[in-house]
Amino acid sequence: MAAKDSKPAVETVTVKVDGRPVEVPRMTPNWEGKPEPTTVLQACKQAGIEIPHYCYHPKLPVSGNCRMCLVHVAMPGRPGPDGKPPMNEDGTPKVFPMQLPYEPQTPRGVIGCATGIIPGMEIYASSPETKEMREAVMESLLINHPLDCPICDQAGECKLQEYSYDHGQPESQFQEFKVHKPKAIDLGPRITLDAERCVLCTRCIRFTKDIAGDDALGIVNRGSYNEISTYPGEAFDNNYTLNTVDICPVGALTSNDFRFQMRVWFLKETKSLCTGCGTGCNTTIGSRENKMYRYEPRQNDAVNSDWMCDSGRLDYKWIGREDRLAKLKGPKGVSTWPSALKAISDHLAGVEKGTVAIVASARQTNEELFLLSRLAKHLGATTDSVARKGKADHLLLAEDRNCNTTGAQLAGITTKRVGSKLSSIAKEISAGKVKTLIVFGEDVTKHGIDAKLLKKVTLIVSDILPSATTKAADYLLPGCAHAEKRGTFTNVKGRVQKFMKALEPPGDALPEWEVLHELVHNVTGLDEFRSIEGLFNCMAGEVKAFKDAELTWAGLGDLGANVKL
Amino acid sequence: MKVERAKLSWLERLYIPSILNGFKVTMRHFFSWKRSGVYADKQSDYSAKTTMQYPEEKWPVPTGYRGAPYLVKDVDDNTKCVSCQLCEFVCPPKAIRITPPGQGGEVDREGAEKMPKEFEINMLRCIYCGFCQEVCPEEAIFLLKDYAITGENREELIYDKEKLLSLGGADERAYDHHVQDGVDEGIKKWEKKTQDAQNQPTFH
Ligand code: SF4
Ligand code: SF4
Ligand code: SF4
Ligand code: SF4
Ligand code: FES
Repeated sequence: MAAKDSKPAVETVTVKVDGRPVEVPRMTPNWEGKPEPTTVLQACKQAGIEIPHYCYHPKLPVSGNCRMCLVHVAMPGRPGPDGKPPMNEDGTPKVFPMQLPYEPQTPRGVIGCATGIIPGMEIYASSPETKEMREAVMESLLINHPLDCPICDQAGECKLQEYSYDHGQPESQFQEFKVHKPKAIDLGPRITLDAERCVLCTRCIRFTKDIAGDDALGIVNRGSYNEISTYPGEAFDNNYTLNTVDICPVGALTSNDFRFQMRVWFLKETKSLCTGCGTGCNTTIGSRENKMYRYEPRQNDAVNSDWMCDSGRLDYKWIGREDRLAKLKGPKGVSTWPSALKAISDHLAGVEKGTVAIVASARQTNEELFLLSRLAKHLGATTDSVARKGKADHLLLAEDRNCNTTGAQLAGITTKRVGSKLSSIAKEISAGKVKTLIVFGEDVTKHGIDAKLLKKVTLIVSDILPSATTKAADYLLPGCAHAEKRGTFTNVKGRVQKFMKALEPPGDALPEWEVLHELVHNVTGLDEFRSIEGLFNCMAGEVKAFKDAELTWAGLGDLGANVKL
Repeated sequence: MKVERAKLSWLERLYIPSILNGFKVTMRHFFSWKRSGVYADKQSDYSAKTTMQYPEEKWPVPTGYRGAPYLVKDVDDNTKCVSCQLCEFVCPPKAIRITPPGQGGEVDREGAEKMPKEFEINMLRCIYCGFCQEVCPEEAIFLLKDYAITGENREELIYDKEKLLSLGGADERAYDHHVQDGVDEGIKKWEKKTQDAQNQPTFH
């Protein structure tokens, strides 16, 4: 860790927050990562004080329109003709609380999100003046806000609710009728807008323009009739629209997929990963009573920042599908895990070297692929996987639509040319050389090994959804979706990240690594661990890239670690 | 400890006077039904009889009694519940189970956005605490007067939305009615809110 210590010292500035001196860096990375003068809001955050805000988002350009972050501050005086700043009698530098120029004595606030700090500044983050400013802003935001919380999907994670509770007043002074705006507007194929609930913070506009690169949204009409809208007749439809639902501080933008599905306070949150492509966006699974309701992006600046794409986000329905494989199947007399594992182990222990082929999936975890490679080494088996390609985009979506191709390559299951050995496996089966085929999570009939060939081999299949391959299987081992087990994936850039278990698997289904562990133990005698942690550490000791990076399960943390490819 | 029994006199040992005494009490009750005041305040057909004809006749329950929770409709026969699931959340024994409607779910009146797809209360679990009534932002669930919840099996005692709504009936609570110039226009929630807003203190 010597390298970290020798980093150049960060230039700091000392300001006072609520009377307490705080030293903060002079510059802070902005939404693009470029250093910019630290703002009042950021300084307070570092001092452990949260300044309420709607429009400010650390990953978006600052726009300063909601005024929620108003704070009262005092500035040090300008140096006089003698070059010295004005001093108090006791020799401390004099500060001047900001006040309205035309109405001295009335405190004037500054917006914390866009005001840079200067040395000697005093920030009154919790003073009565600041409190009054916040109450006034809250009151004005609530003037036309509907009393929709009971039917609003945002309730429970709504900044307006939270700040009303913390900074609002119980009664409104507003007696006129509320302005009514359209509700349940179809903004795009995945988004419904409730214009009444919008606080016009423009986060959604800035996101789609500056991050997604699709200048699709804007504000139309005037004054209290202001409304978010697309160009008339155009749909808000790019592959990143659902991120606006996440960043919308209120319930104005709602996801059609999640709309009226479940109240958020019932959802259990589990750290997970998206399996839609090789980027491996960090996600949070929201589930209740073993049903998954949504994915949300989880911040990881090394991978996906705060975002994820819509196609990945909506790619979870298969986990709860009705036709999930839940029943273990085998030849006569084999209907339980112990009998199946014994039968398969006996079979594998008796096969001749080189007569086994393994088709694994690049959507399996590193651990499973490692165990499979162990098995392959012992059996002298040919191994490969199946490639999935799509079009990459400018932001997150990777060309590789398998979530763990890198892991499969590192484990030695496949090579740079994924799937190139499938045809030779097919040939060897038809020539009678390969007599046992192990397939994990792929439908090989779609990749050159058709049903006729499958009849010629002892077919051991593990999958989670039915396919032509699972139908032909001699042994069918129901497996788990990533949300139902723990493990790690390695993304296209070589970041090893782990995911946690959110749901219980259906029926007989067991995590593949447990099954493989048993098999590998019976066949090769490997017996070094009992848990996924132990398995990971064992793997990290053998796979070169992992070993070089000194990976451990605990060391991965929530955000993962990079390995050299 | 030994209890000394009182010595009975000769007359007492005969028992006949005691039997006659008892008979006298019975007869007094038998002939005094006209004077009985037990049900006088109820003006029921049975007012004169000491034995209540339960279950045809039920005990009157006092105001504030917390009986079974049912869903009520407004006077226009619309479902009031908006499926906010607060009652489900607050219910201590987890007796309530709501299935939210999802995008494009059915509603029984124009302009409504959300109504429960299914609403179940397990009456075997309910502890009649009244939290659901207290938490409901729509005044859609009330603990009414029913106390005899019986059934032949457990499934029967899980009341579904239809049953809860029909048992709850229309909400006739006076404070919910909108009265305009002495004319009761029924429960008009939003009019009431407007009226509330107009009745707010003013600031000058
Ligand atoms: S946006 Fe927030 S405050 Fe407004 S109705 Fe929705 S939950 Fe309530
Ligand atoms: S829709 Fe949401 S994110 Fe967009 S301006 Fe309104 S409140 Fe902000
Ligand atoms: S009365 Fe109490 S226990 Fe019964 S349903 Fe309501 S909240 Fe649940
Ligand atoms: S009965 Fe009331 S608290 Fe319960 S879901 Fe319906 S509206 Fe919400
Ligand atoms: S956060 Fe909106 S003005 Fe600063």
